[in-house]
Amino acid sequence: MDLFLQQFLSGVAIGGVYALVALAVVMIYQASDHFNFAQGEMAMFSTYVAWWLIAAGWPYWAAFFATLAISFVGGVALERIVIRPVEQAPVLNQVVVFIGLLVIFNALAGWLFDYTIKPFPSPFPEQPLFGNRYIGSHELGVIALTLVLLVLVFAFLRLTPTGLAMRAAAENPTSARLVGIRVGWMLALGWGLAAAIGAVAGMMIAPIVFLEPNMMIGTLLYGFAGALLGGLDSPAGAVLGGILVGIAENLLGTYVVGPELKLTLALVLIVLVLLLRPNGLFGRRIVRHV
Amino acid sequence: MPTGRALALAAVLIGAGALPMLLGDYRTFQLTLALVYAIAILGLNILTGYNGQVSLGHGAFYALGAYTAAIMITQGGVAYYWTLPVAGAVGFGAGFLFGFPALRLQGLYLALATFALAVATPQILKSSHLAAWTGGVQGIVILKPDPPAGLPLSADQWLYYVTLAVLAVLLIGAWNLLRGRSGRALEAIRDNPIAAAAMGIDLALYKTLTFGISAAYTSIAGALGAIVIQFVAPDSFTVFLSITLLVGLVVGGLASIPGAIFGGLFVELVPNLAEQISKAAPWAIYGAFLIAFMYVMPYGVWGLMRSLFQRLRRKSPATSRLRQVPAPAKNGRSKPWEPSDH
Repeated sequence: MDLFLQQFLSGVAIGGVYALVALAVVMIYQASDHFNFAQGEMAMFSTYVAWWLIAAGWPYWAAFFATLAISFVGGVALERIVIRPVEQAPVLNQVVVFIGLLVIFNALAGWLFDYTIKPFPSPFPEQPLFGNRYIGSHELGVIALTLVLLVLVFAFLRLTPTGLAMRAAAENPTSARLVGIRVGWMLALGWGLAAAIGAVAGMMIAPIVFLEPNMMIGTLLYGFAGALLGGLDSPAGAVLGGILVGIAENLLGTYVVGPELKLTLALVLIVLVLLLRPNGLFGRRIVRHV
Repeated sequence: MPTGRALALAAVLIGAGALPMLLGDYRTFQLTLALVYAIAILGLNILTGYNGQVSLGHGAFYALGAYTAAIMITQGGVAYYWTLPVAGAVGFGAGFLFGFPALRLQGLYLALATFALAVATPQILKSSHLAAWTGGVQGIVILKPDPPAGLPLSADQWLYYVTLAVLAVLLIGAWNLLRGRSGRALEAIRDNPIAAAAMGIDLALYKTLTFGISAAYTSIAGALGAIVIQFVAPDSFTVFLSITLLVGLVVGGLASIPGAIFGGLFVELVPNLAEQISKAAPWAIYGAFLIAFMYVMPYGVWGLMRSLFQRLRRKSPATSRLRQVPAPAKNGRSKPWEPSDH
């Protein structure tokens, strides 16, 4: 029972990171119907930026927020410069550009910061809170941070005029443009937010898996699985989906398939969700007329 | 076939046959690998370039072929050349089966599912359940096959000719598949599936068969690659292998058969040059090429060459009188990857 509870809780915690990646994926999918295959590598690169700032002597939280700002600006710039020219292109061209970004970030990280594995600090205390023996402080912190971010994203999208404009631009670009919303910049904003959320995910998972250029590829897969499970157009669904995937990964990895086939689980989950329930648990059904 | 083209083809064949005589063993080995990649890219092109099913996971089929060959040679004592048809058959089966879920996944979703396949592949190969066959993390070492007795060739040169022959056979196969009715059906499915179905094309059959054939090509390439490198291990078959094939496809040219050869040469030779700058440089260059090609040359090197040829031909006075009527694009084929309006 102890083992079960431990695995369950650490599944929730790691699921929090997947939830963040899923949230970032959903931010971009909702705005422009793209899967950002480079999301994981962008997050990894942001984490390297944070690592570099910390190594330069910045206090953790200063580095944390500076990284968020840098990632946000970087995400906006990427959308404006790299993604915009293929906005209307066929799916394959878009996928190729995303894969190109993935490869470039991976190579850049290796080039600038080399391939050695680096430890990354956690902002949370080392001792488990309240002397409990089931869940570490970092894990608890991840869960709390995920929930805070979810509330922030939700509030931004629902309560602010900019959030409303963003949703309008995603829902119906033509009409949105007619009422004066700058649709292109709304997409860029979505990219900026996704990059910042991804950066949080990277900085939260780096203390667990250590920092190296390939650290996010598996995580990205779980993030995709979470986003699909929750429904690609629902931020709350994505967070829940991510957490469910984390729990499933840990429990099935412990009791059923063993730790070495965990990524296969993500593969099976992605294919199953796509086949059986393509709208996810909370997504809206999209009907296309010919 | 016009004489000009026949001559060019003969020149290419003679050149390809003579190369190993002029180069050292290591360069020959590299060229062999380039041809192996060309086969794999040709397979990917049949699926992605001609049929429009985006696969980011062809490295998995490459790995399947490589492991099929390695296991047959080391555990079954089978001669290396028998592993190629078996790898092709196994790849066809696996691709055909993967083609069924792929039927329901379109565009981005198929890209996502195949991406997941590519990411999961090394873990599946490392799995302890399969370790008795795959050798787990250690992988399998294969001995380099000797050239047949009596031929004055080194082992590397012999493998080059074997690979060249296999590539030639598969190129002819692909050409036959793609030029006639079936090729038009594949492209019709890519450009407008609904219209294709209305024309009486069996979408499900064509798409699953295409997936199977494409995977068979890539598996054969994997088997050859294993024999040439003499080693298979899970970490050679990461998602980056699938991305390498995609790079070759994009650089060589979508929906073009000769493009696969350019693609193969590119992904084998460019990293070797770039690695002198930095370990990360090949990938940075790959990424830059992927994006740059999508912006400026979406039909790849071969597409560029084809349009140059056509321009030259139009300029030469001997033919210009015969070609007064502006023919539609060659073979009446619409340009690949033009955005369609559905």
